[in-house]
Amino acid sequence: MPFVTAKTQQSAYDVIVVGSGAAGGQSAYTLCMDGAKVLMLEAGRKYSPDTETPMFQTPDLAPLAGTGTPEKPFGFYDATVDGGWQVPGEPYTRASEEDAGRFEWWRARMLGGRTNHWGRISLRNGPYDFKPYSRDGLGQDWPIGYEDIAPYYDKVELLIGVYGSNEGLENTPNSPPGCLLPPPKPLVSDLLVAQRAKRLGIPVIPGHRAVLTQPLDYRRSPARLHPGNATAQRILAEDMRKRAACLWATPCGRGCAIRANYQSTTVHLPPALRTGNLDIRTDAMVYEVTLGRDGRASGVSFVDRLSGKHLHVKARVVILAASACETVRILLNSNSARFAVGLANSSGKLGRYLMDTVGSSVSGQVPLLESLPPLNEDAADGHQLYVPWWLYQEQHAGKLGFARGYHIEFGGGKRMPGFGTAAGIEWLTGGSYGAKFKQDVRRYYGSFVDFDGRGEMIPNDQSYCEIDPQVKDKWGIPVLRFHWQWSEHELKQAAHMQKTFVDIIEAMGGKPRDPPQSDGAKAIAPGGSIIHEVGGAIMGSDPKSSVTNPWCQTWDVENLFVTDGAVFASNADKNPTLTIMALAWRAADHILERMRRKEL
Amino acid sequence: MDRRTTIKWVLAAGAAWPLVERRAASADPASSAAQAARGYGTDPNLLTNNHPGELWPLTLTAAQQRLAGILSDIIIPADEHSPSASAVGVVEFIDEWVSAPYPTQQRDRGIVLGGLAWLNAEAGRRFGKEFSDLDAARQHGICDDICDEARAASERREAARFFALFRDLTAGGFYSSPVGRKDLNYIGNVPLASFDGPPAALLKTMGLS
Repeated sequence: MPFVTAKTQQSAYDVIVVGSGAAGGQSAYTLCMDGAKVLMLEAGRKYSPDTETPMFQTPDLAPLAGTGTPEKPFGFYDATVDGGWQVPGEPYTRASEEDAGRFEWWRARMLGGRTNHWGRISLRNGPYDFKPYSRDGLGQDWPIGYEDIAPYYDKVELLIGVYGSNEGLENTPNSPPGCLLPPPKPLVSDLLVAQRAKRLGIPVIPGHRAVLTQPLDYRRSPARLHPGNATAQRILAEDMRKRAACLWATPCGRGCAIRANYQSTTVHLPPALRTGNLDIRTDAMVYEVTLGRDGRASGVSFVDRLSGKHLHVKARVVILAASACETVRILLNSNSARFAVGLANSSGKLGRYLMDTVGSSVSGQVPLLESLPPLNEDAADGHQLYVPWWLYQEQHAGKLGFARGYHIEFGGGKRMPGFGTAAGIEWLTGGSYGAKFKQDVRRYYGSFVDFDGRGEMIPNDQSYCEIDPQVKDKWGIPVLRFHWQWSEHELKQAAHMQKTFVDIIEAMGGKPRDPPQSDGAKAIAPGGSIIHEVGGAIMGSDPKSSVTNPWCQTWDVENLFVTDGAVFASNADKNPTLTIMALAWRAADHILERMRRKEL
Repeated sequence: MDRRTTIKWVLAAGAAWPLVERRAASADPASSAAQAARGYGTDPNLLTNNHPGELWPLTLTAAQQRLAGILSDIIIPADEHSPSASAVGVVEFIDEWVSAPYPTQQRDRGIVLGGLAWLNAEAGRRFGKEFSDLDAARQHGICDDICDEARAASERREAARFFALFRDLTAGGFYSSPVGRKDLNYIGNVPLASFDGPPAALLKTMGLS
């Protein structure tokens, strides 16, 4: 009875996991494979990628040709249901309505959360990324180093399946042999970018994404992942065999019915359920961690969204993995005589150091890519190649005027035609229509390359979230209010991205859609809009200045853990999901060890 | 499911999916009015085929449909490779678009309805007829004045913005269709046993080997 209701739910569990995405999925997986009894609570509905994923559907079958609307912001076929920049009945507020202080919060109320639609980009943080303060005196160091988390990067890559290569570049770690799957072949446009960027001294290497370019190694990986645990090895081997390799079509953002990419619902939850140790309750909106008289977390309170009833469930350990901001919200709303301003907040740091990724984009048109013969370029759905940050030395020498780096994601090719294929191309056609327009569209189709920078933001005192004193959601739960401010480091970095992208486009013989934006405030995407929000319950080595210890365990409440992005002490340019999973696995191992020793 | 079974399954499923015939809207006005303000919600069924008029009531009158058809075919006429825009259901697509309850579409609705009215007014002012009743040369004469916002006279700037939007909508409907995909020689969206990358000969020609 894996999916439970009030009637079938147990009275108590070893561990409650709040959230079912990358953090919740990994936490539950690790715990269940080692025998812990886990109840997972998910605010959204049950979701089944095997039957619900729109594989191969074409835009003509969707309303509005599949374009995004406020109800499906990333397009009709995006995997996200009941989510987006706004969730009906569940508002959030901003302290400032000015653009510079804008923060957007993406949520997905569904089993698997945002992992169902994410970009699958899976980069390891490097050694520098855990010790940024030590390198340049800004922000703060993590209480752990790369060597502490590296074994868990290995495990996650083996479990979920990540393609990529080992290039040995600075602060861009290699994986041990056998961890990575082979990268996909690049497209024509990828190779042109690589050739011309190289002339500018910019390295272009295979990307890392959680997509199976070949079947997983079900004979060897289970033993590497679960040594001495025959049951776990058997369950995992069986499950790995059921995951098909990529069939080189249909966008990953729709989810994958054949389980060829990672989403929590196709990778973490099936084997965890097979152990018999996992119960999942969906439509369970957790709003409070309750505290016992002994000062330990006694369980959580939640609203059953179907009945509207407020319920409580108990466990020995509580793990919050609800996404950085939702986790912070739950803790800030968990007040008691002992913790009047939020649970586990004796440091006063709860909600502080909220970070997103710096984002900026330029598109260009490249004559060399015009009128190519028919090619199937669906490939791995992008990120066959990417540019890791390459100016560490110049930056460290103070030559750039901003302190942290960015990587470049880019893409071109003959993608499936749709609403945007021939939209807004007057800058090339001079406003043609008729037979000439049709010829122009054929000529330009597949000749565009888009560049997106993804850069590190330094945490600051002006970017945080707190409880709005007035506004509550439809369940009566107080909502978050966001404060946001970029520093000069991020704005200058965004302007640097613009110039770099235009330089590459011009080196390809192309022209940018718009001139490079030299004003960083105009070049930078709004806070939160890259959907890499992390921080808010940062880990540290000092209880006075951080919320959790190096094991994701809150300093104040021994049996309360945070395994999502809230614990990030910095937000490297590398996309956070792989690190979230590695930290969650490490924290779950620690919890298991402490439970075996009867310390929890 | 092993890989071979998977690919078979996908191929079979692909073959079973019907090629959708865009059909004219036949929304019942009474039931349409009741749901006038509603979109498809945050959790629509992604696996059913959707037709204009099923999700929200449509807007265009018969005369507006005719005018939209003529204009969309001026923008995307039939040629030796593919049929015209109206032949693949672009008018129904535009009607669905301007009738949708979302902010972008509500904004576009005003521009499109205003622009269609402007076309007739301009045709009447110049030639004393409706746009639909003009010969092709005169229709093109009006379009030439508004087809490029950068070059349009200031008093026709708004009409040029309408034309740009209408061209985007026409192209959006056309290239989203099976005919549009074929016109562009798109050969993806099919399962492959392996992805082998671009042909070596092409890369050699381009100096990318």
